[in-house]
Amino acid sequence: MAKVIKDVGCPYCGACCDDVEVTVSDDGKKILEVANVCAIGAEIFKHASREDRVKLPRMRQPDGTYKDVSYTEAIDFTAKMLVKAKKPLIFGFGSTNCEAMSSAAKVAEKAGAVLDNCASICHGSSFLAMFDNGYPSCTLGETKNRADVVVYWGSNPAHAHPRHMSRYAMFPRGFFTGKGVMGRKVITVDPRFTDTARVSDIHLQVKQGHDYELFNAFRMVVRGFEADIPDVVAGIKKEQILEVAEIMKNARFGTIFYGMGLCHSDGRNHNVDEAISLTRDLNETTKWTIMAMRGHYNITGPGAVWSWQFGFPYCLDLTKKNMAHMNPGETSSIDLAMRDEIDAFINIGTDAGAHFPIEAVKHIKKHPMVTIDPNICMASEISDLHIPVGIVGVEVAGIVYRMDNVPIQYRKVIDPPEGVISDEELFERIYQRMCELEA
Amino acid sequence: MDTVTVTLVNKPELIIEAYNITPDAFAGKSLEEIGNLECHEGNHKTALKEFFTITGKAGATAESTKIIVKGDCTRVKRIGQKMSAGEIVIEGNADMYTGGWMLGGKLHVTGNVDAFCGIQMEGGEFIIDGNADNHLGSSYRGDWRGMRGGLIRVGGNAGSDVGTFMIGGTIIIEGNAGIHIATHAEGGTIIVKGNAMSRVGGQMVKGDVYIFGTIDVMMPGFRYIGDVEKEVDGKSATFAHYIGDLGERHPTRKGEVIYGNLYQKI
Repeated sequence: MAKVIKDVGCPYCGACCDDVEVTVSDDGKKILEVANVCAIGAEIFKHASREDRVKLPRMRQPDGTYKDVSYTEAIDFTAKMLVKAKKPLIFGFGSTNCEAMSSAAKVAEKAGAVLDNCASICHGSSFLAMFDNGYPSCTLGETKNRADVVVYWGSNPAHAHPRHMSRYAMFPRGFFTGKGVMGRKVITVDPRFTDTARVSDIHLQVKQGHDYELFNAFRMVVRGFEADIPDVVAGIKKEQILEVAEIMKNARFGTIFYGMGLCHSDGRNHNVDEAISLTRDLNETTKWTIMAMRGHYNITGPGAVWSWQFGFPYCLDLTKKNMAHMNPGETSSIDLAMRDEIDAFINIGTDAGAHFPIEAVKHIKKHPMVTIDPNICMASEISDLHIPVGIVGVEVAGIVYRMDNVPIQYRKVIDPPEGVISDEELFERIYQRMCELEA
Repeated sequence: MDTVTVTLVNKPELIIEAYNITPDAFAGKSLEEIGNLECHEGNHKTALKEFFTITGKAGATAESTKIIVKGDCTRVKRIGQKMSAGEIVIEGNADMYTGGWMLGGKLHVTGNVDAFCGIQMEGGEFIIDGNADNHLGSSYRGDWRGMRGGLIRVGGNAGSDVGTFMIGGTIIIEGNAGIHIATHAEGGTIIVKGNAMSRVGGQMVKGDVYIFGTIDVMMPGFRYIGDVEKEVDGKSATFAHYIGDLGERHPTRKGEVIYGNLYQKI
């Protein structure tokens, strides 16, 4: 009889749903059914049981084709590449566990590498704003149980975090929010009329790239300067700004969930910085919190792990070996690649081939490149070596951090294909091989 | 004043971090000792002589040492970092952090500089004949104490984030500037002779910003209070005077609230 495993964590988005139910076959090798997941999460679980999984590392041959090699050969290639390089870059980590991040950090430190995670092309600007201005945040549980006003600013959970609204922010009935959606006001600020905007009470169609000015206008209202606001700010009429500011001021508890709309429009960290300032101002009269809508299920993880290990969450330049240096703009992956400052590249738990600008990929491709990923992706197809690993949250257990910095123990529901190792084991073996080479 | 000429002859594969090209490091040293000064190319710790030929003579102190840097230093970072006295002339371009954390002396770049130049500068004179990239005279990430003193003069244009968290000193840009001028500033003066884009003085607490040209988008947090006659960088003109950022916190002095000042030439 098939076995049902309950309370499984989902390895898709930063909302980290941990109520998934997975039905596995008798032999524990195949996933038959998945419940309590969104369409994307379901695909990740089902993908693990595909017949065409890569089960051995693949090395690029002189004729351009891939040839299967042993893990020992793949580890030797990677270790030699890292030992030789003057400035290798290890990038990714959005989709793996914290144990692997810690082992990779050990490798990076040994290699004198630059260690970076997907935040570099995602919520990295949030970190910069947090450094400058603090982070008055909360947990998703607090939002669920207390929030009567929720703002989605530059984020579209209906598509990017499909169960965020139903589990935490819009629909659930919490301890002090017994009326669920009926007792909540949801405000969406987005230049597009997104599906999130469609289900919200108020949609402010801000002019693209002018969020900073709109935050400024809200802050002026909170500070009593509403008379000085121009008639229209960032495409929003003054009356509407006053109306929304009134709702925000009269909230019992509010949360601003912001996304790429702030992090990747003009100003970047300054947009988030001003959003944090608005949250701080609103706390003069009531309780407001702010939270980054982190993308991957464990992209909050490297920030937590590396901040503890090195003092910085991302863009870590460990090339000096005795100190860590961080300055996005200089030590961030895209900038390093565009300026041709790196001479080896490891892509792990992400797809740099799909997400980097083509010019950056062209520069990276001048040097050796290794992809560590369970699946075939664009990066794996242009690499010199592709090392398959077990899928975290499906075939490998481990700690992941939810978008609100809450650590969750993820489970393993089935075994990885025979012989396939975990990210953590792989990095430990690369580290050992580097020690042997340098001995 | 004794002069040392440093010429880049071997181009690096990646980039050089030449944090020791300063009058402070060169002073009192022989040419051989200067050649053995440390620099970094990625994780390789190496010496200046691997990339540069060094001629001339260093003075006994930083004050009496002048350094002339020749060759294409587009990929040489951190020249003049933390210099406290003396003079450096870079004949051509320079990379990131040129004049970063500068304490005194004179630094002259005849070409362009990249990002993060003159960050957290505390004193001295930093002249760039060409353009400067982003974060000119800005603060290091997370530091609330940006540029504190000294003068930065840019002959061409500047990028975004000029003078973020600035608390003193002067930045003069002869050309145009990108977005975010004097963000979070709590003092200091920024003069832009050309045009500014948007977010001039956003979250500004104190300080003065002068814009001679246009501002694409004015921050809603600035209030017009009247026209004033001012002499700026040796020229007199009439400016529209705005105060702000009204959305930001402001200190009071003798019962009066102190605002940031934004002057736009009429």
